[in-house]
Amino acid sequence: MARPDQLLPVPSLRFVPVWRRNLRVWRKLMVPSVLGNFGEPLLYLFVFGYGFGRLVGEVERMPYMDFLASGIVCSSIMMTASFEALYSAFTRMHEQQTWTNMLNAPLNVDDIVLGEIAFAATKGAFSGVAILVVATLAGFVAGPAALWVLPMMLLIGLCFASLAMVVTAIAPGYDFFLYYFTLILTPMLLLSGVFFPLSELPTVVAGIAHLLPLANAVAIVRPLMTGTVPADVLLHLSVVIAYGAAAWVFATHRLRRRLAS
Amino acid sequence: MTVVAARALAKEYDGHAVVDGVDLAIEPGECFGLLGPNGAGKTTTLRMLLGLTHPSAGELTVLGHAVPEQARAMRARVGVVPQTDALDPDFTVRENLLTWASYFGLEQGIGPRVDEMIGFAALQGREGAGVAALSGGMRRRLSLARALINDPELVVLDEPTTGLDPQARQHIWQRLRRLRDDGRTLILTTHYMEEAERLCDRLAIVDGGRIVAEGRPRDLIARHIEPCVLELRGGAAWQWGRGEGMALAARSEDVGDTLLLYAHDDSELLAALGAAPTIEYLSRRANLEDVFLRLTGHDLRD
Ligand SMILES: Nc1ncnc2c1ncn2[C@@H]1O[C@H](COP(=O)(O)OP(=O)(O)O)[C@@H](O)[C@H]1O
Ligand SMILES: [Mg+2]
Repeated sequence: MARPDQLLPVPSLRFVPVWRRNLRVWRKLMVPSVLGNFGEPLLYLFVFGYGFGRLVGEVERMPYMDFLASGIVCSSIMMTASFEALYSAFTRMHEQQTWTNMLNAPLNVDDIVLGEIAFAATKGAFSGVAILVVATLAGFVAGPAALWVLPMMLLIGLCFASLAMVVTAIAPGYDFFLYYFTLILTPMLLLSGVFFPLSELPTVVAGIAHLLPLANAVAIVRPLMTGTVPADVLLHLSVVIAYGAAAWVFATHRLRRRLAS
Repeated sequence: MTVVAARALAKEYDGHAVVDGVDLAIEPGECFGLLGPNGAGKTTTLRMLLGLTHPSAGELTVLGHAVPEQARAMRARVGVVPQTDALDPDFTVRENLLTWASYFGLEQGIGPRVDEMIGFAALQGREGAGVAALSGGMRRRLSLARALINDPELVVLDEPTTGLDPQARQHIWQRLRRLRDDGRTLILTTHYMEEAERLCDRLAIVDGGRIVAEGRPRDLIARHIEPCVLELRGGAAWQWGRGEGMALAARSEDVGDTLLLYAHDDSELLAALGAAPTIEYLSRRANLEDVFLRLTGHDLRD
């Protein structure tokens, strides 16, 4: 067991059974879960995209639907991973005592945190894939280069799952998550170039937006899906990884205290 | 090899000592009980033994592993039945066992072991039932079966029969005796004297985070309590006890509406009561409850 004051997580493959436990439960509840996860992003894509797309026509020299589809892939991963690592994880931690219980087996807090993050990322990536498939069938995706998006989806999922896990780690109850949605996720969704290009924003706001993990994710995913080569890949990747890694370290540290006091 | 060796184990919460210098030496094959009122520090002691919380002070090895440093390797050899049945509500009986086994890295060929444990818990025919559909006794049996999935050398049980009806309790006791007969070491906490007396080879009575007495149940009774007890209940009996009775007894305890008289030999007391036929009383042998009351006082704890 890590000392309570030890900073870094101790990664171990023991996180796999935690991930698989959640996967088992998810398989049982697949149908309602899939509807919940994809219904909303698909509505945004088709209804919003159709109506709004007719108004604006082209954005950044591409049809609005193509522009929007790549944004929705990213935002859907963010939302799905966040919901899982907030509400569902909190339920397991708090209501069901699943985590306290796991600690009686040869699992540590670090394994549980990593397993939960990995699972939320899996769910997020899964929703991203589903939207990618639909968008491809609808003709919004340029070509096979879009397959490069797949590993990126997992990374985006890991990043937002870790960020949400920090909130779960410090949350006294479910109500606390509203702050995260209202103050962080919704502004990020609107400022990250999902619905309209960052270039439309005032310079100062655009400057801040460039620091957001979602904006950096979109900056990689959009070119890949629309058939161009992304610029500054290393920079964008580093931002996404940095947010995720910092959040993972912090969440593990806080949860060790919370669960092993 | 000593299964649990703890020296001066202590745990503080907010400057308040919850466990305050506990020494333990538990030998293989022994059933060891921690007996104490609510808040005595039993659960906290067990959590330290399992490496779930860091001691504020003291040294601890369990099955030869330094704890908490090597707690993971130690827990792979231990089975735990927590105070509340922490079963997975998202799973059926069988899935609970399979998932639990997976936490130990046991998946290949675990089927027969799972069947065996379902039999041990007498849950045949309920493999597919959800946890919510089980009675309290069944849940506790499933908790116990789950704790045995890894064939543990040491089984740790926190209040294994609290909240169960007498039949369900008997059922659990029977299984615990079977585990002891298999040569496993058992550590359990309880506040039921009867449970401690029946199951435990050795007991530590804990109060306020300290061990106030330790030994075999019978020895503890012999060491701390006169062998004969008279219980006097109700106004007339109580008055008789305060007067004539106390003069003949070695010691008395006033427990709310009951007066307890302790004596090395109760023949004089019984003769005196024979002369006062209207007084109702109960004559019995001293038991652990008397030891417990004497050592931890009578105040209600919660
Ligand atoms: N995590 C904790 N933080 C603060 N106090 C605690 C914590 N865990 C237990 N305590 C306190 O320690 C005391 C002993 O608790 P516990 O070990 O659960 O007793 P028992 O199992 O004998 O009833 C109680 O007063 C309890 O409130
Ligand atoms: Mg307790």
